[in-house]
Amino acid sequence: MILRELCDAIGVSSGEDAVRDLIYTHIRDYVEAVRVDALGNLLAVRRGTGAVDLRVMAAAHMDEVGLIVVGYDSDGLLRFRAVGGIDARILPGTRVLVGPERIPGVVAWAPIHLNSSEDTVSIERLRIDIGVSSRDAAQNAVERGELIAFDSRLVELGPTVRGKALDDRAGCASLIALIQGEPFPFDLHVAFTVQEEVGLRGARVAAQAIKPDVAFVLETTACHDLPEDPDEPDQTTITRLGGGPAITVVDRSMVSDPRLVRFLAQTGEREGIPFQFRSPQHAGGTDAGAIHLTRGGVPSAVVANPCRYLHGPASVMNLSDFENQSRLLRAAWMALTPAVLERD
Amino acid sequence: MEALITKLAEAWGPSGFEHQVRDLIRAEVEPLADEVWVDALGNLICRLGEGPLRVMSAAHMDEIGVIVSHIDRQGFARFSNLGGVLPASLLGARVRFENGTIAPVGVEHQFSKRNEIPRLEGFFLDLPADSGVRPGDPGAFVSEALWQGERVIAKSLDNRLGCAVQIEALRRLREQGTPHTLFFAFTVQEEIGRRGAQTGAFALEPDFGIAIDITPAGDAPKASPSAITLGGGAAIKVRDTRHIVPGWVRDLMIARAEEAGIPYQLDVMMLGATDGASIQLARAGVPTGGISIPARQVHTRSETALRGDIVAAVDLLAAVLANPIERPT
Repeated sequence: MILRELCDAIGVSSGEDAVRDLIYTHIRDYVEAVRVDALGNLLAVRRGTGAVDLRVMAAAHMDEVGLIVVGYDSDGLLRFRAVGGIDARILPGTRVLVGPERIPGVVAWAPIHLNSSEDTVSIERLRIDIGVSSRDAAQNAVERGELIAFDSRLVELGPTVRGKALDDRAGCASLIALIQGEPFPFDLHVAFTVQEEVGLRGARVAAQAIKPDVAFVLETTACHDLPEDPDEPDQTTITRLGGGPAITVVDRSMVSDPRLVRFLAQTGEREGIPFQFRSPQHAGGTDAGAIHLTRGGVPSAVVANPCRYLHGPASVMNLSDFENQSRLLRAAWMALTPAVLERD
Repeated sequence: MEALITKLAEAWGPSGFEHQVRDLIRAEVEPLADEVWVDALGNLICRLGEGPLRVMSAAHMDEIGVIVSHIDRQGFARFSNLGGVLPASLLGARVRFENGTIAPVGVEHQFSKRNEIPRLEGFFLDLPADSGVRPGDPGAFVSEALWQGERVIAKSLDNRLGCAVQIEALRRLREQGTPHTLFFAFTVQEEIGRRGAQTGAFALEPDFGIAIDITPAGDAPKASPSAITLGGGAAIKVRDTRHIVPGWVRDLMIARAEEAGIPYQLDVMMLGATDGASIQLARAGVPTGGISIPARQVHTRSETALRGDIVAAVDLLAAVLANPIERPT
């Protein structure tokens, strides 16, 4: 299961190497012009049949949110900060792996009998315990600047999977599946990008190099569908698990091209592939936010897997949503022509 | 020009969904420009002349609006903002959708909260039955444009006034001629981050840029600190929060205004920014200025401006574009 391999690999933003190597092994027999660019994006071309003359870019980000070591206490605890958007309230008690040696640790927190209910969690007050008892021992084990990942492996829970880094290894896995399938009518320029979680950085330079006519981003997006409020059944859900892949209309980073939103929705309806619209709450942004503003502008769209408890060690994603992400994009790309982008 | 401003201000075009405004403007500019096209993100570009200097003038077509995020079982819609929607401006407002549906804006606990302004989450759209409106549908505020003496009161004077100013300047320059290659860009998505101007300026590769927009006047009771007055003439941008106009660009605009006796004032804008902020950063950089029209009640359904200031902005833009543009050595 490629998804399991990808999610269990560690690739906190700027340290995506292991994920990139893994993706490369799965796509190398299907692509040409493979290269790793200056920032670390993996770029390649899946040759098409040539029936359609369009420069199409597809992107999924390889990086995951994590932590970074910033210092030591005299008792050997590690100080750290977040890499990407992490809610400090989920951290106390969380198991982590520190640095390239994957040193196991746990996020320290006062035991419950010393804790008062007024305490709020700030990342500055949290520490990581790697089991050493002096600053020297901590310094010998771990360098400042080393990245820290959640210690969590993918497990199956009925129709769902639970794991870290589904955002966006699920998108990477879908893009791999799309590359491994039948060729499309056009050359597909794929970018597995770095540093999305810290500011859409890899995608910006990837798009500048690729110069696409149109771009599709395969993402994983927040889902807040539990608990269900009987009075307001889904007011703040963003997406619903099992409702199909989510098409973004608006987020903080982009207004999706309405022509592409319409085209994707029509494709889903025609092919009987479930989909939903991500509710426009303005929270969140994706690589498309950077891609659509490159050079003279790139009409762009996002198709995302709904995922509960995003940016944590135990995100939950529905497998049929995940499978329908690549089905929807395959059907759409098979039907994509320049006419979709014509204006009235 | 009154009829043009009325038509443009009443048109429907929230950020990212500007096509109806673009169609109206396109009909106006087709007979005037040498070439007209729509670029990848939806900016409408008009070229006039073919001189050696490439000059881009930009006015954004989009207006602030809302987008439906959720419709509950009773049919009430919750929404998110497109651009800087002021919660206080929502009380009693109406929103129109592209399919023609008009929904009044309601607020939770209407009377118990009368001394406070709820956040956006406290408001909802009172949709009629079977409206056809779905989550993801964008809406724009409804407001009739009124002319009263020298004043115009309307929604979306930000920035349909800028669009009208560009159209009138284009009309004049078509007659008078220009020594430059002029690109009038009617841009998309300014209110959500000056996005259309960013890609438009990359594609046009201008040597010189101008942004035409409105600027909030500082002469109403307890207005934000600004020396801009309604009736004080065209506002020549000195700086805003994302753009410091090169001194020679500002001085060139002042010189054109003084030569022609055009009323002007200097605009030191302490809040917000315009398309000029994006244009100046395109490619290797573009010397960029701004001409703005003073307005009150900005980002409400009753934005207010004066005819004399609008005319001054047209006069100044046409004067700048009809004359040589040279950086002093």
